[in-house]
Formats: sequence, structure tokens, C-alpha cells
Amino acid sequence: MARKRGRGLSAVNYPTGMNLGGDPSQALVHATTTGTFVVTLSSVDLGQGLKTVMTQICAETIGVPPDMVLIDTADTDTGPHCMGTFASRGTHRIGNAIVMAANEARAVLMEVAADELEVNATDLEADGKGAIHVKGAPTKSISVIETALAAHFKHGKTISGRGMFMAERSFPEPETGKMRPATCYAHACTIAEVEVDTETGEVEVLSLKSAYEVGRALNPKMVEQQIIGGAWMGISHALYETTEPYYPDRAHGPVDFNEYLMPGPGDLPEFGGVILERPASDGPYGAKGVGEMTANSPIPAIANAIFDAVGVRVDSLPITPEKVLRGILANEGALEPAE
Amino acid sequence: MARVPVVFTVNGTEAAEFVEPGAMLSDVLRDKLDLTGTRVGCSQGTCGACTVMIDGELILSCLTPAQRVNGKSVVTIEGVATNGELDPIQQAFATGFATQCGFCTSGMIVAAKALLDANPDPSRDEVVDAISGNICRCTGYEPIINAILSAAAERRVAKSA
Amino acid sequence: MEHIRKIFADERSDDHNAVGVSIERSDGLGHVTGKTQFYADRHYPGMLTLKMVRSPHHHAKILNVDTSAAEKMPGVVRVLTHADVPSNIYTILRLIQVEPNDEPVLAVDKVRFKGEAVVAVLAESEAIARDAVDAVRIDYEELPPVFDVEEALKPGAPLVNEYHGNNYFTYEGHHCRRVRYGDVEKGFAAADHVVEERYSSAPIEHAPVETTGCIVVPEANGRLTCYSNTQALFFTLDNAGLILNTPFQRLRLIGGTVGGGFGGKVDVITEPVAFLAADLTKRPVKFSYSREEEMQVSSPRAAERIYIKDGVMNDGRIVARQIRLYVDAGAYSRHSPYGTTKAAAHMPGPYTIPNVQVDAHCVYANRTPSSAMRGFGVTIGDFALEVQMDKIARLIGMDPMALRMLNAYRDGDAKAHGETTKGAALVEVMQEAAKLADWPLDGKYLSESSGKGG
Repeated sequence: MARKRGRGLSAVNYPTGMNLGGDPSQALVHATTTGTFVVTLSSVDLGQGLKTVMTQICAETIGVPPDMVLIDTADTDTGPHCMGTFASRGTHRIGNAIVMAANEARAVLMEVAADELEVNATDLEADGKGAIHVKGAPTKSISVIETALAAHFKHGKTISGRGMFMAERSFPEPETGKMRPATCYAHACTIAEVEVDTETGEVEVLSLKSAYEVGRALNPKMVEQQIIGGAWMGISHALYETTEPYYPDRAHGPVDFNEYLMPGPGDLPEFGGVILERPASDGPYGAKGVGEMTANSPIPAIANAIFDAVGVRVDSLPITPEKVLRGILANEGALEPAE
Repeated sequence: MARVPVVFTVNGTEAAEFVEPGAMLSDVLRDKLDLTGTRVGCSQGTCGACTVMIDGELILSCLTPAQRVNGKSVVTIEGVATNGELDPIQQAFATGFATQCGFCTSGMIVAAKALLDANPDPSRDEVVDAISGNICRCTGYEPIINAILSAAAERRVAKSA
Repeated sequence: MEHIRKIFADERSDDHNAVGVSIERSDGLGHVTGKTQFYADRHYPGMLTLKMVRSPHHHAKILNVDTSAAEKMPGVVRVLTHADVPSNIYTILRLIQVEPNDEPVLAVDKVRFKGEAVVAVLAESEAIARDAVDAVRIDYEELPPVFDVEEALKPGAPLVNEYHGNNYFTYEGHHCRRVRYGDVEKGFAAADHVVEERYSSAPIEHAPVETTGCIVVPEANGRLTCYSNTQALFFTLDNAGLILNTPFQRLRLIGGTVGGGFGGKVDVITEPVAFLAADLTKRPVKFSYSREEEMQVSSPRAAERIYIKDGVMNDGRIVARQIRLYVDAGAYSRHSPYGTTKAAAHMPGPYTIPNVQVDAHCVYANRTPSSAMRGFGVTIGDFALEVQMDKIARLIGMDPMALRMLNAYRDGDAKAHGETTKGAALVEVMQEAAKLADWPLDGKYLSESSGKGG
């Protein structure tokens, strides 16, 4: 009996959003009297960090620092419609709605600043630090706070904007399945290295080395969060998890975290990753959705690595030690193979 | 059923409540004392989100009858910072991107505090051990382990200064 | 983690201030201090606990429901059955015209999965609610269940869901979502090898550390405010309005801070009945799934079964790919008809194959309804596709990465669903992963690209 190593590979893509319902989301942006930009949404942050990324998108579009942006979500009395947080759609769909709304608000901001500075709005730019100045003449400037105050109390203008994302709804053609299911795709390739205990069938994932193409990493550390957390979930799906261990038999379903197995902090592999950016032509600053994809590529890579290590194909998830061991014994002629 | 008195110290302040016999500490903390930072994820003692310290020891507050803490000292996530100053563990979780949804974070940080209070210079394996009763579904644990290790270093520096 | 900026540099401008930088998470300090407020962190005087009486059977007729003993218990405020629900039968995606309505809020004359909600009890405390659940008597007559997707499609199989009339979702007259592109039979005939394999998966739970739930508070003006951890506020509001048959403007959803979702909180499942209960009792109502309910009653990721038949040339080109795919929707549709279409659209994976045929079946069986989960419609398909690619590579003696390079989709390539590829980057992620992991990729592939002519 021994521990045998193997490597396996997978390459995947993942659609951003899902176009069967047109996939709409809306955003409203307005400035307070003192130039804080409030983004009003009904979108949900599941923990992936939607509020932070939406702050960054609004700040970038208007040209103010992120700490001058507030995200006001999620209240159906005040927030405009959002389809929901799923299908790797949030960054792209809601982000696009915010870009549109923020551009409209920015145009008013610039008009007011232009009036105050007695120049043309087209000659102005925001410096990303809280001031607006004439292009090429940084000293001829006005702060965003002063501009907002002037809009409210002098010009009678609302620095605000409306934005929405909606794709043309795609109805699949019944005979051929011709459709436009998504607008852009992210990509990943994972190489897994595993070690299989031939006595117990247990699989240890030694490393996951991956390259991800994400369109644009709007907040690189938060992209890494999706990558590491997703890779962990991929290991978990590949080797541990199910609510029905004897599927399709309904017996013996786990009801707690003692029975529902997942890798713990002591079961982590070496995570290696690189990030590529090929901006999506329709994405906010090119961003695509990557939250879901990161959990997908490790699963087949691990399955293929197990075969490489011990010559066992387990084509049913999860790949439990029992299934691996049955495969090993079957290869030795000692047992009928499992499904 | 007649309610029973429970008197204990929580985060340095005395608490006195009448509770249903068998009421769990997590419910008393959350519902009566409004210390909702202690999260309840399973009420089975299997997720670790409700972890608090009693007299320096880690316990699962969802399985601990409130009566058991009579006369004892409880520290919850709300008591990890001192005088509004975040503990280096909290700092490291925030700056190290070690939180995502945040639901496990309270229990993780309390578990980390218990570890570092007892062992200022833990190995990675000791950190892994210390949080192995706490489930995180978002992060893959890696940033949490790294945050605790960097907080340990930060705390050692602060202590020697 | 390294950013490789030289690739696609000509398609990108990197002069930004606020994006492309790792600003700290705006919710981080709330998380580390415990101050982040989740829906369950609110307390209201007089708040009632809602608990469900659930079916112990996989498939059964309901003969009689007797709630009298439960109703008499001290501390039980109200017991709800289907008769209390104004518009009991619904389906979430009716809002985007995916129909028919096929699921009761509370079961009517039969139950279709173990754990299905039949009666809701409202009590002054969780302990009383649990006792009241035990005091509800329901007489059932068990019916034969069906658990296997292919068994369910055989003639004579027990009918799971009468609203569909068959054990499958009907796509515009078809028993499955079809994709037809080229001619797979011609492809198989021309192929040097035909590789036919079967893949499957068991259901998976989202397992967020915060379970699904909500609190509904009646306001003085007759409106109802729901604090929820739903992933989609308006799906929930609109469906709840339809189920309660009440003007939509009476309802308000507040949420947006969720202790993990992963797709598990897109079902509209706790809110409608909690809205109703609060409306009828004029009391705040809390309905939270227990961990056990989260594990066994909340929708899992669907089990799938996927048959792949590939026609392959000796040089590695895949000339035909035929997919027969079954999604185990469980007893009700929820999001599965949409997920099955997404699964069909994902085929044949990120490869350019001239002949593709997909039959993707959304199948009903007597198990917990499945629904969306991270990678909905794609995760299990990717497992099947990418293991299949490994098998093909080994069959013809080719490096598995080289096989993928040869077949990888590139800009301008036609996809099976009729769109033209743009923005592809499969070639580049493989090149970079190969470098990262020292994969022995033939050097000739390192100079290729996804761009036109690449």
C-alpha cells in the first residue's frame, strides 16, 4: 500500500448573467448637499463584496474618491429594481447600471462646476480626489463639495442620474436552441495535484494552480477572495459534499455539519493563481462575473488527477474514499467497480 | 415555568436577567442583552458561529445553558476591542480580506483571541487547530489563517513595545 | 496573486483611480466587531415564531389534517393551512413567464417530497412552536415515489407533479431543451473514434452559515415590512404580493446583508407565509430555517446525469458531440427549467465543434426541489465535459492540454447556440496555467492566441 501522486487539468468558461429574462437591474445616483454620492439600489450583498465594488464603480465614473460614495441598499421602498444576486451577474449588470446613472449625475456636476468656474463643461475633469479642474490647468479648480452646495442652493439643480442594464431578452428557438444566453464569458484553467492513499482511497489535494481571465479585476483582493473561496468549494464538491450520500436513495441525509462533510482549515492545498484581464466590451470597465466559475474548474481537475495517480475513474460526484477504493480494488480484480 | 435569575459579567459589565430554565446563553446574549454579534448558525454546536469565552475558555453559547454562567465572566465579539481600539486580530481580518459574508467572523475572532491569549506565537498548525471548530463557507480559510498569524506577530510587537 | 498585465494589454487601458485597486471592504469593520446587522439581529415585542409541520413521506395523499389539539395549546396563536393562503399555488419564475404554477405554499391534497410544508404554526416561543408541530395530526395514504430521473421518464412511472402532467418540464412543446447544430450522426460516421460516457452527481447543499429566514413586522398603517436574507428582493416582493393577493404597495422588503447565499436564498420560500402570518395575527413573525431544514428541506444543487457521446479524429479534433442531460428538479420547478436551459446553452463547453446535439431534460422526482447554486447549470456539466476531455486525450495518446488547445474556441468561431464567439481567453488561461504549474505543453501552443486567426 502506498500514497500515489497524480496531476489533472481542466479548462472552463463561464457566462456572465443569464439572459432569459433580459436580466435587468437599475441604479439611481444622487449627490447630497455636500457632494457625497449616494447610489440607491435594491441589490443584495451575499458577502462577495457587492457594496464595495459598486462604490468603486461609482467613484471611478464620477471621478471622486471611493470614500465620497455611499451605497444605499436594499429596500424596496427606495431602491429601484434589481433582478437579484445570482448567475455571476451583480458586478456586470448592476455595475453597468451604476456607470450609466453616475455618468448622468457627473454631467450635471460638470455643468454646475463649469458655471461656477465660468468655463465650458467639456473643458473640465474630475481629479479623483474631490476636486474638478480645467484640463491642463489644475489650479483653476473647484471642489466637489462646493459644486454640490452651489447646485443645491444657487443653481437649483439636482446632481443625479438614472441607470439601468437590460439585455434584449432572448427566447430560445424551440427546435434548434438558438439563443443568446449570456453577454460575455470568463475563463479558468486549473491544474490539480493530488495524493491518493491506496489503502483507504482517501484523496489529498496537494495543490491547485490556476489561471483566471476575469475581464477586469475591479478590486483585485476581492477577486482573490472569490478565487480561493471558490477553489476550496470546488475541492469540497469534488471529494466531500452531498445531502444524499446514497443518491437516488433518499436515506441517510445529513442534518448537521458533523454529517455534512466539507474540508476544514487543515485540509487546504497550496493555492497558486494568476489573473488575466481581457475586458468585456459590454462590462463596467470590462469586468465579467467570476464568482461562480472559481468553484468549477477544480472539480474535474481533481477527478483527472486521481485517475493519473491510481488509474481510477470515478464519474459520479462526490468522489468519496469508498468509490476510489472500490476502483482500486476493481483494477486489481478484487472487486466489482462502483458506479 | 418560573423564570430563574442569572447574574454574570459580560465584556466587563455585570448582567442580571431572569431567563427561562434551559434558555441558552446565545439567546440571552442576543435577545436580552442585545449582543447580536454572537451569531447562531446551527443551534447544534457544529458550526462555531456562536463561540464566546467563559473565564477564558472557548464555549459554544448555543449549547450552553445560561444558568451555567452564573458568577462567571463572558467575553463576546463585542468585548474583543478595548476602549474602542480594535484588537490586532480584528485589524488583521479587516485589512487581510479575511471576511466575506461575515457570519462566521465573530466566532473565528473569539477563537483566535483565545488562542493568542494563551499562545502568543502559534505555528500555522496550531492556528488551524484553534479554528477547526468554526465553519466558514466563503473564504476557503486561507486568509483567516494568514490573518491570525499576522495578528499574532502584531500583538507580539505591541507587547514588546 | 500575480496579475499578468502584458496579455491583452492592447485591449485595455489601466489608468483608473478607483477601480483596479484593492480598497478595503466597506463591510469589513462591521464584520470584525460583530456590528454588521443580519436580518435576525432585530427584536420586536410580541414576535411570534413560525414552524412548519412537514411531510414524513416522499409521496402521499393527505387524507385529513387535524390541528385542533395544537390550536388549544397555551402559547399557540394561530395555525395555518392551505385554506388560509389566498393564492396558494405559485412558481417563482412566473414573473418572467416561466410557467405553469406548480407548487403550493402549503400542501393541499398531497405531498410530493419528504419535508414538504403542510401546516404552519405560530407560537409565542420556539419551544411552544415545536411542541405544537408535534401536536398536529395528519393522516396520509402513501403513494409510490419515484427517485431516479430516468425511471421517472419511463411510461407508468408515478406522476410526481400533476400541474405538469408529465414528469418533465415542457419546453415549447418539447420534452427537453434542445440544441441542434450541424449533424452529429454525420460527425460520428466520419470519426476515427466514438467515446460514449456517463457522468452523474448527487445533490449538494449551499450550507451558508446563516440559514434562510425572515422577520415580518406589521406597521401601523397596514403595511408589512419584511427583513429578509433573500438574494432577490423584488422576486420575493412580487411573488408574495401575488400569493397574498394583496396590493403590492402594502409589502416592503429590506435586506441586502446576507450570511452567505451561494444560490440557496433565491427561492421565495420563507417570506410569503411569514407575510401572511403577520397579516393575519397582526404580530411580528419570525420564520427561520433550522440547520436541519437548511440541510434537507431547502433546495439543494440538483443532481444531474449526463451522457456524452463524442466523435473524435486521430489528430484530436472533436467532430461531433451529443449530450443527453437530466436535471433532477425534485418535486417542483423553482428555478430548474431556467437552469436546464442554461445547462443546454453551456454545451458543448468552450470548444468549437461542428456538430452538436443536446437534449437537456428537467425532470420531476419525489425529492426536495432543487434550485440555483453557485455554477447553476454549469458546474456538473463542466465536470462531465472536462473528465471526458481527459479520457479522449488518453485514448488517442495526446497531451490533454494540447487536445484542449486544438479544440478551444476562438474569436469568430460559431457556437452551438448560434452566437459568434468574442472575447475568448481559453487559450491564454491554459498557457499561463501551464507556466505556473510546469505543465509540459508543446511550445508551439505557447504562441497561439484566442484572437482572430489565433
